[in-house]
Amino acid sequence: MISQVPFEHGMIFAGVLFFLGLAGVLARRDAVFILLSLEIMLNAAGLAFVVAGARFAAPDGQVMFLFVLGVAAAEVSLGLALVLWLYHWQRNVDIDNARSLRG
Amino acid sequence: MPDLVWLIPVLPLAGFLTLALLGGRLKAGVVAAVGCGSVGLSMAAVLMLLAGFIHAPPPTFSYSRTLWTWFAAGGLAPGIGFYLDGLSLVMVMVITVVGFLIHLYSVRFMEGDEGYARFFAYMNLFVGAMLILVLADNLLLLYLGWEGVGLCSYLLIGFWYREAANTRAAIKAFVVTRIGDTALVIGLFLLASGLGTLQIQEIALRVGRLWAPGSLAASAAAALLLGGAVGKSAQLPLQTWLPDAMAGPTPVSALIHAATMVTAGVYLIARMHPLFMHAPDVLLVVALIGSLTLLVAGASALVQKDIKRVLAYSTMSQVGYMFLALGVGAWSAAIFHFVTHAFFKALLFLSAGVVIQALDNEHDIFRMGGLKKTLPIAFWTFLIGAASLSALPFVTAGFYSKELILRAAWLSARGGAWLWIAGVAGAFLTSIYSFRVVFVAFLGPDRTIARKTPVSMTLPLVVLALFSIGAGLLPAIFGGLTRLALPAGPAVPVGIEVQAIAALIPVLGIAAAALLYRGRPAYAAALARRPLVAALHGFLLSGWGFDRLYQALVVGPFLRLARINRGDFIDLPFRALAWTCGLGSKMLVATQSGKVRWYVMGIALGGAVFIAMVVFL
Amino acid sequence: MTVAFYIAAAVSIVATFMVITRVNAIHALLYFVVSLLAAALILLLLGAPFAAAMEVIIYAGAIMVLFVFVVMILSAGPREALQERQWLRVSTWIGPAILTAVLLGELLYVMAGATGALTTPAQVTPAQVGASLLGPYLLGVELVSMLLLVGLIGAFHLAYRLGKGEASEEAGGKR
Repeated sequence: MISQVPFEHGMIFAGVLFFLGLAGVLARRDAVFILLSLEIMLNAAGLAFVVAGARFAAPDGQVMFLFVLGVAAAEVSLGLALVLWLYHWQRNVDIDNARSLRG
Repeated sequence: MPDLVWLIPVLPLAGFLTLALLGGRLKAGVVAAVGCGSVGLSMAAVLMLLAGFIHAPPPTFSYSRTLWTWFAAGGLAPGIGFYLDGLSLVMVMVITVVGFLIHLYSVRFMEGDEGYARFFAYMNLFVGAMLILVLADNLLLLYLGWEGVGLCSYLLIGFWYREAANTRAAIKAFVVTRIGDTALVIGLFLLASGLGTLQIQEIALRVGRLWAPGSLAASAAAALLLGGAVGKSAQLPLQTWLPDAMAGPTPVSALIHAATMVTAGVYLIARMHPLFMHAPDVLLVVALIGSLTLLVAGASALVQKDIKRVLAYSTMSQVGYMFLALGVGAWSAAIFHFVTHAFFKALLFLSAGVVIQALDNEHDIFRMGGLKKTLPIAFWTFLIGAASLSALPFVTAGFYSKELILRAAWLSARGGAWLWIAGVAGAFLTSIYSFRVVFVAFLGPDRTIARKTPVSMTLPLVVLALFSIGAGLLPAIFGGLTRLALPAGPAVPVGIEVQAIAALIPVLGIAAAALLYRGRPAYAAALARRPLVAALHGFLLSGWGFDRLYQALVVGPFLRLARINRGDFIDLPFRALAWTCGLGSKMLVATQSGKVRWYVMGIALGGAVFIAMVVFL
Repeated sequence: MTVAFYIAAAVSIVATFMVITRVNAIHALLYFVVSLLAAALILLLLGAPFAAAMEVIIYAGAIMVLFVFVVMILSAGPREALQERQWLRVSTWIGPAILTAVLLGELLYVMAGATGALTTPAQVTPAQVGASLLGPYLLGVELVSMLLLVGLIGAFHLAYRLGKGEASEEAGGKR
């Protein structure tokens, strides 16, 4: 049942997922989609950890994955609350409008 | 006794400081007291020193006092030092006595003016600067005084600064004299580098040792000093500023532009006579400039309508006489003429001021008339001044001084006869134009209503009138004072015919003026209407067209160049630098757009670059 | 059984690509769920059953449901879809595409020197993970629990303010 794949392939897979998520963050303007792409990136990072753990048959990889998951959960709840605020403020979720920090 | 020497310039300067700092808060009476008092005390010090000189002359016939060393750099160590010998004693006597009288006159003349304290402050500063100029023992300190009087001239010409014309006149005066000042400074550089010192007495010694007579170095230095003198003394070609300088108050014209500042150039040349005697060609040029100026100015004064402009051109002409005297080697005669001229020209200006004020600021002589009856004191003093100016034989001081000059001109080795003819022609013109004013403004039908004049204004007039007559007795004392300071003039006696002609010419001039302006005024008017004469009239009125000439030659092209360079191409590198900084700033600001995705891209880009650096390098 | 890994990986990648290119939010979410399920399968195949379970339960089960609720509140209707299409132009994709290509290239370059190491054939059981969590990583567990508490409080606070703001009509430009 267990597949034995070259370690590099696993990492490349996680990397591809990560970069797809990054592209999503950069290209989308809708706040919800940006958060979603952020989730993709977090998921990919966690996958990378697990693959590394599987390489050395150590539980540390899965432990880190759990932590990443915890962080993602906390972040997504706060992030979505902020998205709701954004919507409340300007009736759409165009993130480019939120630039009062411009220099 | 020597201690008094440094008090002489310091007292008026102290007066200036007091009035500059506190003048706004003092009452008019106090301001006047401070202003006149400082010059008065200075005059007292001078008179004490004069008494000392006469009764107990010091061994070297001079007092010297250095207050402190100004700076010491590159082999030069000029100090704030004063040197009082016969020449400077004569100068400070005139400056303080005439200055005090004019200050006294101004107390009532400038009464009620909103800048009363400012006026006296500037006048005190001027007297202080002029005294520094005359008492300086080194050329650098002299230049300090030189610049000081130039500054005060600017400030005082433009005293009523709310009128744009006055400020324009002030700027014109300053700029034209600046040209001369630049020549003077370059001359100072030459002297310092060539002779290694700027101490005047030292220069006198070293010039003989280090530079051969007629050498290029001596001639160049002398010519440059002459350039400075020409600017300050309003001689050809830098004379255009003086007529316009009459825009200032009358006491200013009397003090600065008649008695003292315009003679600074004469003093400079007289003081630097060792240098000039080593450059005989330059001396010839001095004489030529003097004689040309006296003719040009005399002719221009003939047709002026403004009483002050007549006097301005007259000053130009008389300073030309002084230059002529210097040029032919009659050093003492030049200084003597300066003394008499200071008296009668100040007198003329002050009485003109009385007239102007009494007639509510009327300057045009053709609108005056019959003032003999309404302003008797002003009339008689003006008459005395005009007589002295015309060198009326024997009774006036002006006669004696002009006599000396003409005699020296006749005896001059180079171009003697021509210079004498120029001098005599100038004397003829002088008497015509001065008595023209007398006949038109004072005699003749009464066309005006005049007010009374206060005593504090008439007293100086009377005193100066007495001096204008009595100063003829001075040569005795005078010669004694300047004996050691200046080289003796030509001592050969001149034929009696020459002297007689020179003495009678002024009388002829007065007769001509009487004819034209009193006897047959209709004839003069008809003459003036002929087209050729009218053109000549216009030409002379504009001062021989020098203003137009300079406008076309110098001012116009300069303004055009300035307009072309409006973008200021020399400023380009600096503006480019600023622009680059601005560009960099704008680029950096663009990175702070506030957009979340922009920042994420920044992070991603940075990450890519760092990984690349780690992996590939 | 290595081919199963590659098939699941392909599915995951394709599904993720669809996520970031969809216009409709719900569609994107569903594609992401598919991607997550494929990732969970991969985790199982790599001998990490605990991680696979967590992925499905927490990620696909809780976080995605949260997303669905929020998207429902924001009501992504046809108007929003049109707006999304406007925003999603080719010019928008060029920059990110190039950047990701560059990064991918770097990753491939780094991974090129294949060590030939393989992932372990044995499972890492939940028991091992639990022992590790309660052993060396105890501090991390505490920290994550505190983080979750913070997230909880923050989310509650924001929602409370939101509710109060709507009720009293004073929100305006408050950010």
